[in-house]
Amino acid sequence: MSDDLYPSEILALARDASHAGRLAAPAASATADNPLCGDRVTMDVAFAGSGIGEIRHHTRGCVLCKAAAGLLAAKAEGGSRTQVAVAEAQVRAMLEQGARLHGAWQELAAFAPVAPHKSRHSCVLLPFRALADALAKPR
Amino acid sequence: MAFDVARLRAEFPILATAAAGVPLHYLDNGATSQMPRAVLDAIDRHETTSRANVLRGVHRLAEAATAAYEGARREVARYVNAAAPAEIVFTSGTTAAINLVARTFGEQLGAGDEVLLSRLEHHSNIVPWQLLRDRRGIAIKVIEATPEGRLDLDSLDRSVTPRTRLVAVTHVSNVTGAITDVGAIVAAAAKVGAKVLLDGAQRAPHGPLDVQALGVDFYAFSGHKVYGPNGIGVLWGRRALLDAMPPFMGGGEMIRTVTFEKTTYADVPHRFEAGTPPIAQAVGLGAALAWAARLDGAAVESHLMDLTGRLLDGLQTVDRGRGLVRVIGPSGLQARMPVVSFAVEGAHPHDISQLLDREGCAVRGGHHCAQPLMDFFGVAGTTRASLAPYNDRGDIDAFVGALDRALEKLL
Repeated sequence: MSDDLYPSEILALARDASHAGRLAAPAASATADNPLCGDRVTMDVAFAGSGIGEIRHHTRGCVLCKAAAGLLAAKAEGGSRTQVAVAEAQVRAMLEQGARLHGAWQELAAFAPVAPHKSRHSCVLLPFRALADALAKPR
Repeated sequence: MAFDVARLRAEFPILATAAAGVPLHYLDNGATSQMPRAVLDAIDRHETTSRANVLRGVHRLAEAATAAYEGARREVARYVNAAAPAEIVFTSGTTAAINLVARTFGEQLGAGDEVLLSRLEHHSNIVPWQLLRDRRGIAIKVIEATPEGRLDLDSLDRSVTPRTRLVAVTHVSNVTGAITDVGAIVAAAAKVGAKVLLDGAQRAPHGPLDVQALGVDFYAFSGHKVYGPNGIGVLWGRRALLDAMPPFMGGGEMIRTVTFEKTTYADVPHRFEAGTPPIAQAVGLGAALAWAARLDGAAVESHLMDLTGRLLDGLQTVDRGRGLVRVIGPSGLQARMPVVSFAVEGAHPHDISQLLDREGCAVRGGHHCAQPLMDFFGVAGTTRASLAPYNDRGDIDAFVGALDRALEKLL
């Protein structure tokens, strides 16, 4: 496994800013702050039936945070609350325990090199917290 | 004689270390400075020859520990030119020292009384006063900053009122490095009879102080930023003020007599030092201040301003005229300490700091516990290089080169 925190795929994800922006009329919205550095992620969600419809994120953050927000939004769109919760648990286990990522959202394994850098875990997890908070709001 | 930085560096074992063959360029002194051999030896000597509790035991080690602890207090008093060692209260750090004032002096304030802070404050000189506001109903007012990251003295004149009871401001900004015009603060406070507290965490590392000449009433700083150990700090206060303040924490060491009906308290400073104090840390702090006081202050200042100028020039070079690198603080060398913060459009401080670390350059990225100042400058955070006398031109050049390569990757 590379120990490079900034491989080209992560830098590209951050630059692409996939799903960046705001929804005009989100069904749910939540903001998460990182007290370490002042970074902030806002996730807007529109639902489609019982699943997740559109997602947009507004991210003031580092490369890792922006890349995670864009990738998470892209994967979660059209998915379910359960899939988001499972992905968050798996990413957390990957970062904190070095566990291997399995399941459908393999692209999140790009963040595995962050594991030895405990102070940066929250950069990757901040978008998950914002999305989880948005999804937990009553519809 | 030129300042012999190589000789000074040799006193700091950690500077000779390397990670994966990459030498260390330690530029995070505003957070924690390194300890010279003299301090490491003093702590080791104390722990191996005098380790015991202080102020109570009568055995040989207890006597030696007490002598060392109170000797450290005298060393601190000399460093800040206190009127007497009794004006020196050992705390766990600057934060604890400010909280002590808020929980003691502050408890004498009431609704409508005002505490005046500044936009430049570290959170540790904001939050204790907000907690006091919640307890006592005081009002908090704020001296604004200038675009150069200094105190706005026009704002100062507008902010001081007859209800101002305390002006609590930083002596040197931990973000911009700007030195506060203490004379102006003291004069404004004196007009309304307000007391003055200085957060000296970023000033104390840069040579002995004269708190009496400064004309302030309280002064706080930390051991780990003045080449000493963690877990020790200092509150200096004028004796009359300390005498009038109630205890903060209760416990052993701070009492005169205890019955279930009533407790009477020890004199200052022990009244504010409940429980077993950080003895070895105090000894280390005393050794650190004795070491710092022996440096040639003028030569050190000249050396550090040379490095600061080189660093500021380096930031301009790295920017290459793109206008992306913005210094958050004074652009020149006047009335500043060697603390340089900058923001780069399109590059996050944590990413910059992480990439610098790969080249051995230790800097700080983030909001530096100064979020109101970050809001003022419209940034979430900055990257900060903060220098100490043991830094040399090699450190600055390594930093500038590493920053150039980091920005090439990130932008």
